[in-house]
Amino acid sequence: MKIAIASGKGGTGKTTLSANLAHYAAQTKNITLVDLDVEEPNNNIFIQGNEIEKLDVFRPVPEWNKDACILCGKCTKWCKFSALLQLIDEILVLPELCHSCYACSELCPVNALPMQDWPLGVYNHIKEGNLDFFYSKLNIGVEQAVPLIAKTLKNIEELELDKELEIWDSPPGTSCSMLEVVKNADFVILVSEPTPFGLFDLTLAVESVRHINKPVGIVVNRYGIGNDEIFKYCEKEGLPIWATIPNKREIAVLYSKGELIYPHIPEFRAELDKILDNIEKIRGEQ
Amino acid sequence: MKEIVIISGKGGTGKTSVAAALATLVKNQAVVADCDVDAPDLHLVLSPTIKKREDFYSGVKAVIHTDKCTHCNLCKEKCRFDAIEIVEGEYRVIPLECEGCGYCSYICPVETIELVDEKVGECYISETHYGSPMVHSQLGIGADNSGKLVAKVKKEAKQLATEKGIEYVIVDGSPGIGCPVIASLSGADYVVFVTEPTLSGLSDLKRVWELTNKFQIPAGCIINKADLNQEVNNLIEEFLQAEGIDRLATINYDTDFQSAITNGISLIEHDRTKWGKVFSEIWNKIN
Repeated sequence: MKIAIASGKGGTGKTTLSANLAHYAAQTKNITLVDLDVEEPNNNIFIQGNEIEKLDVFRPVPEWNKDACILCGKCTKWCKFSALLQLIDEILVLPELCHSCYACSELCPVNALPMQDWPLGVYNHIKEGNLDFFYSKLNIGVEQAVPLIAKTLKNIEELELDKELEIWDSPPGTSCSMLEVVKNADFVILVSEPTPFGLFDLTLAVESVRHINKPVGIVVNRYGIGNDEIFKYCEKEGLPIWATIPNKREIAVLYSKGELIYPHIPEFRAELDKILDNIEKIRGEQ
Repeated sequence: MKEIVIISGKGGTGKTSVAAALATLVKNQAVVADCDVDAPDLHLVLSPTIKKREDFYSGVKAVIHTDKCTHCNLCKEKCRFDAIEIVEGEYRVIPLECEGCGYCSYICPVETIELVDEKVGECYISETHYGSPMVHSQLGIGADNSGKLVAKVKKEAKQLATEKGIEYVIVDGSPGIGCPVIASLSGADYVVFVTEPTLSGLSDLKRVWELTNKFQIPAGCIINKADLNQEVNNLIEEFLQAEGIDRLATINYDTDFQSAITNGISLIEHDRTKWGKVFSEIWNKIN
């Protein structure tokens, strides 16, 4: 079962929850943790282990072959992403704008745009006990996170690991990179906080997740700050609250040092138990 | 005109609180632009009245008109995004998967695939509760092209500033280092990082600084929740010094941030004496 942990608003505790939940569950189960916040991955601060694999990840983009090109300019008209520019006597390729659709390369009448690998980022596989941990890091300056997310998930799928639970830490927001994660999951946990910012972004995230018909559970983090509007909203919308994590300075301090929370704070561990119970329940229903 | 962009790498460090505080400090000297287009929160503090609403189109999506379709399967075969499915014998585009590359429409032998302009979201030109112009937006559900919407919001904000003779544009950016952040940075004059003394915050700050550096934009940093971890705070200070990033302010953990957000007001409006001083100093250092 694949569970995506997403949020809408950034900084609500996705990584704290993902790393702790995965590490805790891996004490008794076979677990995969995947950090798909490829722009700013941080699970690797909390999870250590042995490196199994480290790979550069590439994406195909066209490379201009000067000798073959007849400068007909058709490729620049086909490209919807402005990734090809025709200058006086050359075709300029802008790889960061390319979406790897192959149209220019395959339609070019003289095969002057063969596809070549272009680096996107780095993929890592770490193992600690029962936990297989994966994270990918987008190269600085690369605009599109989605291809790296897709490649990471594909690599993991090909490993055919036998896992009871896969926990996917999603990027913040509600746009394409978040959806790329959520649409491939079986269930989505949305982490929010009881402030107007947390609530507003949660409503956007709920809309996005419902748009693609994924079931949702809510975790309210930093309970104690703000107000109770988030609870009213969840009740009205029929969204189950799976856990409520208190706002505690101790949790923030442990997080700041890159330490897991659950070994130190029983109250926090109890909330993880609730989440795992809920996961068991929906697994039974499936 | 000077464009000041507020980003952080990591989410939840206080970007929007800082943007709102600066905006309510300088009031009519700045146009405010919310460029966190897929999780915009600035309107919850500046309570804008929408004056002008505009649909924003960017890119295309393919649509198959099945009446002429000969089921040759070429479109499905060539699509690299697995965006074409067969439902009850008819070929259909899955909108969420379609990248809008147009390849299927170019190769369709009976020309029955149309490329339709995609509405990515809405862009709003508004007036804040204190009377200054604000530009914000709402990205459509499942829409990509968030970078294009960011560029649109920034363009409108700059145009307003020019028309009204306003000196500054304050941009509230999004977390991460990808396309919306790159679009926020493009053309900016000064970048304000808001970070926190956690190992995650520091790691994310380093990555977003590396990106900012490619644009050669001068930058400053506000360390928020500074008393959370003295050791990491020192690491951040060392990093700022080594990289030549201005240290704009060190702010200890303060429940005023949550109280102000909960009441839908800025820190300045929450406590002018206390926060007016802090943000005036920041503003002076930026300029």
